[in-house]
Formats: sequence, structure tokens, C-alpha cells
Amino acid sequence: MNWLTDFPTLGREDLRDFRMAIDRGFKDFTRSYGDNIESFFDPLLYFLIWLEKLLLATPWPVFILAVCGLAWIASRSKSIVIGSAVSFFLIGFLGMWEDTMSTVSIIMVCTIVCIGLGLPIGILMSRSDRTQAVITPVLDVMQTIPSFVYLIPVVMLLGIGKVPGLISVVIYAIPPMIRLTNLGIRLVDREVLEAADAFGASAWQKLIGVQIPLALPNIFAGVNQTIMMSLAMVVIASMIGVTGLGQPVLRAISNQYLAMGLLNGLALVALAIIFDRISQSYGKRLQSHRTGGHDE
Amino acid sequence: MSNAKIEIRHLYKIFGPDPVAMMEKVREGVGKDQMIEEFGHVLGLSDINLKIPEKGIQVVMGLSGSGKSTLIRHINRLIEPTTGDVLVEGENVLEMNEQALRNFRRHRASMVFQKFALLPHRTVMENTVYGLEIQGLAEKEARKQAAHWIDRVGLSGYEENYPQQLSGGMQQRVGLARALATDADILLMDEAFSALDPLIRADMQNILLDLQQELHKTIVFITHDLEEALRIGDQIAILRDGEVVQQGTPQQIILKPKDDYIADFTKDINRGRVIQLKTIMSPVNDLLGPELSGEMMVEDAAQVVTESPSSQARVIDDSGRVIGAVNITNLIRAMARPDIETRLEEL
Repeated sequence: MNWLTDFPTLGREDLRDFRMAIDRGFKDFTRSYGDNIESFFDPLLYFLIWLEKLLLATPWPVFILAVCGLAWIASRSKSIVIGSAVSFFLIGFLGMWEDTMSTVSIIMVCTIVCIGLGLPIGILMSRSDRTQAVITPVLDVMQTIPSFVYLIPVVMLLGIGKVPGLISVVIYAIPPMIRLTNLGIRLVDREVLEAADAFGASAWQKLIGVQIPLALPNIFAGVNQTIMMSLAMVVIASMIGVTGLGQPVLRAISNQYLAMGLLNGLALVALAIIFDRISQSYGKRLQSHRTGGHDE
Repeated sequence: MSNAKIEIRHLYKIFGPDPVAMMEKVREGVGKDQMIEEFGHVLGLSDINLKIPEKGIQVVMGLSGSGKSTLIRHINRLIEPTTGDVLVEGENVLEMNEQALRNFRRHRASMVFQKFALLPHRTVMENTVYGLEIQGLAEKEARKQAAHWIDRVGLSGYEENYPQQLSGGMQQRVGLARALATDADILLMDEAFSALDPLIRADMQNILLDLQQELHKTIVFITHDLEEALRIGDQIAILRDGEVVQQGTPQQIILKPKDDYIADFTKDINRGRVIQLKTIMSPVNDLLGPELSGEMMVEDAAQVVTESPSSQARVIDDSGRVIGAVNITNLIRAMARPDIETRLEEL
């Protein structure tokens, strides 16, 4: 009764051939299309490099002031503004300014790409249950597959560098953006939508005038999650050549530099908290009309 | 008021997976209960025929589940019927293509909702211009028109408030202003005042009646409240289980309920506020007394007649001609007794 105890497996040889066939296929694909794909991403690379140079060329007081200004506009909270200023000052004081600027620039580009792709995909997903049924498992895979696994094809295709790093960060960070856009639009009050219909709104007028504005708090939660996840992924992406705070962390791991690892890690935490508070309080302020005082 | 602005013909709506197949069953005479039990389909509306007069207020009254909200949504086709016709000025709404339907909704029929359905992220002003914005009107002109309607519903000074900052009654005024602003001549009101408390509701009814005196829109008003129906309706259709049980003027409904169901409904109604003098007056004799309009309500007349020394009054028509007479006994009987058969034949 061998078939009960021995699991039926593909033969060792067959399995090897199977794996090699996939690898060969992907390598061929890379050889024939790798260059084209790389040049396709060139504009993204130029934008990333330009942004990084811009941030590095900006005098530090100007940068800190700009961050404080942004924090104030978004949150109207003194403690967030002061916290941001102090954190950035400490980061610079402890010699991590340049790495931090690289990280900030890649996070910004990632966030822009994630919003640019995630918003339309989320909208498409909200419009039909069938699209949702197709996209949801893809998002599940993107969120659960170990990030190292998809680094492999990305590196095979594009080599080591900023763009493959950026792509892997986007793959990791985009699902919440898509999911929450979809959710937000689906949660919009049916009665309000019916009213829009009754006044003769077209699909586009409903989307722009009703669905997106009412989904905005959820969409913003998605942006917030996307930023948080790209910060988490930046360290892993540094393995394939993304500069920034991730690289010293990687060096610290291989050389057992406790302090170095800790400081850079904490700088990432500080960035995360600042981005989180700013984007969250902005999301909350968007909803201020919901809690307006009831004066009868 | 004689022309039918909106005409609904043989309208059926069946909810369920295969309504078209079920239509056959309905034609074979399958009733609502059998439809649910045997076939799992809900017969929402069954053979509705309704002529809605131009420039009048048509009330559709029914309890919850009677299909009244479904019916009103067929007029601007928010719900597609299973079969039937909805004609507006002779044009079949159900045959309009997408663009024509959008234009119909933008320019010819606007709607007020039970739960207001305002846009929570927009101010009173921004909500009121919504329909005009959809029409594609320039912002400045739209705001100017909207400001006029905000003023007409008594919300001046609240333009920059958000709906959540307003009371229910005020929110529904915004809903009304939004609907009036598009200048559509059909106004669909789906239980528009049902969510408001009684005092505010009476207030809103007055606003609506005042506006109607001037605007002469064709209003379709849905309600579950008979008092409200009698108060504002020129015509009333009573809906029950998806069928029209009775149609008529408020007086006809009150004085000649078609069946026990309606009689039961109307028994607690204050007749004095519905019945007009011309319905109950007796033939002219040489009486003296104050002259009262034939359209005056019995209750109001009772007050005048009680104070007049002769305890009677003459009834006149619009041109001032004496057409009949009432005395205090007539009036009291009209308020007390449901069966005033003689005069009714003429209605």
C-alpha cells in the first residue's frame, strides 16, 4: 500500500526540468525584452534622481521649514509641527541627513506611483463585482508572498538599482491603496447616489462629484497605509541597491554594529511617525463636515 | 387641471430573478401571495393606471410595503418596470435612451427624498446648486438662482453651513430648494416630510402649498399619512399591496370609501377639514346670512355660522352667485356622519 504512505510526487528529474524550463523561459523573456522594459522605466528613474538631488541640494533649514509648513497645513496641530522639526533636526545632528533624504525621495516617488496606479485600479474594482473577484486574489498574493521572492524576477529583469527597488516597494505598498479606494467607494451612501441619479448625473459626474469626495477619508487611510508599508519595505529593497536609511541597517546587520543599526532604524521610525501623523490628521480634517455642531 | 401631465398605463413591477417569465403567471391570474410562496418572486406593482393632472398635487398614499416608493421611482425611471408605460406629456419615459433620460432628469423632473439625501461634504449653497451644476450651468449664474431658492425656503444666512449642522426640517428645506432650483415642472416627493416631527411637518406642508400657489408645478407626493394626503392632495390614489384601491379627490375618498380597508383608514379623520360646503349644501331658499365660498371647509363654516344670528349661511360660487344654503344642522351632520349620499352623485 505504498500509494497511501508515499505522497505522489513528480519525479526528481521532471521537477528539475520543470523548474529549469520556467527559469529558462523567464531568462529568454529578460534577454529579449529586458532593455525595452528598462527604458520604459527611465522617466521614473530620472524623476527619482532629480527629486533626490533636489532634496539634497535644499539647505536643511529650508527643508525643515517646508516640512513644518506642510505639517501645519495638513494637521493644524502644534505638537505635530514641533515633533517633526525636532525629529529632522536630530536626524541631521546624528549624521543621517543624506540617507534620510534618499529615503524620503524614494518614499515620495513610491507614494505618487501607488496613488497614480492604485486609485484608478481601486475605482475600477469598485465598479464591478467581477473585477473585484479578479483583483482581490492578486492583492492577496502581493501582500502575503515573502518580499524576497518577488525580488528575484525583478532583479533578473532589471538588475540591481533604484528602479527595481522602487518596483518592489510599489508591489509591496500598493494593495492597501487599491483595497481602501475600492472599499471607500463601495461604502458611499446609496441614497446620495440615488439622488445624484435622479438629478441626471452621468457616471463621471457621480464619480468626481459624489463617490470620490465621500470616499476620501478611506482613500486617505489607504495613502497612509501605503506610506507606512513603503517605509517598511525600504530596508529590504536596500538589498537590491536602493540607497537610503536601509543600507546602513543592512551593513549594521552583517557587521553587528548595534548603535548604527539602532540609530538608522529609529530614524525610519521617526519618519514613519511624522508621515503617519501628518497624513492621518489630514484625513480626519477632511471629515470635519461630518461632526459639525448641531445648532437648532 | 384637466390634462394629464403624467400618465401611467398598465405598469407592473416584479422583483426576482426572472420577472419576465413571471409576467405570464400574473396574466394567468396568479396573485401576490401565491407569487411569493410558489415562485419566489415579489409582485411589487400590479396593473397601475394613473393619470396625474397638470399643475396639481397628486398624492399616492399607502402603508409601508404598498409599493408607493417603487411607483414614484418609475416616473423618472430610477427603477425599470417589468412592463407598462409611463408617459410624460405623451412621451414614453421608458423608451428614452440614456442621454434623453439624463436630460429628462436634469430639466424636467426633480426629486425630494425621505432621508434628504444631501451631499454631506457640501454646504447648503453647494447642495442647492447641485442640479444646476449637473445641467452644466455656469457657476455664477447657478449660485444666483440657488440663492433665490434658498431664500424662498427660508434658509437665508445658512448658505455656508453643512447639512450635518442643520436640523431635519432645515435639511429637507435644502432638499426642496435643490429640487426647485432645476426649474423642472415635475416635482417628485418621496415621503419628503415623513422623517420630520409633526410641527415641522405641518410647517413644511405650508411651505409647499405656498410655493405651489405660485409655481403650479405638477407634484407627485408620496406619503403614508392620510392627514397629510388630505391636506395637500388635489388628487389622491390609495395603494395597497401594489394595487391602486381607490383614486379621487380628498372628499371622494372620505365620503365614499370604496371598501372596508379605506373606510377603516378614514374613520378617524376630521371630516370638517376635508368636506367643502358645496358638497353638503341644500337647495337655495330665501334665507339670509353671511355668504361663504362653496370651497370653504365645513369646520371653518361652522365657526362663522355659529356666530351669525340666523344660524345659517348662503353658499356662493367663484363668480359670487348664490348656489345653495347651509345651516348649523347640515354642518354638524357633515362632520359626524359618513353617509351623505345625495350630493355625492354629482361629484
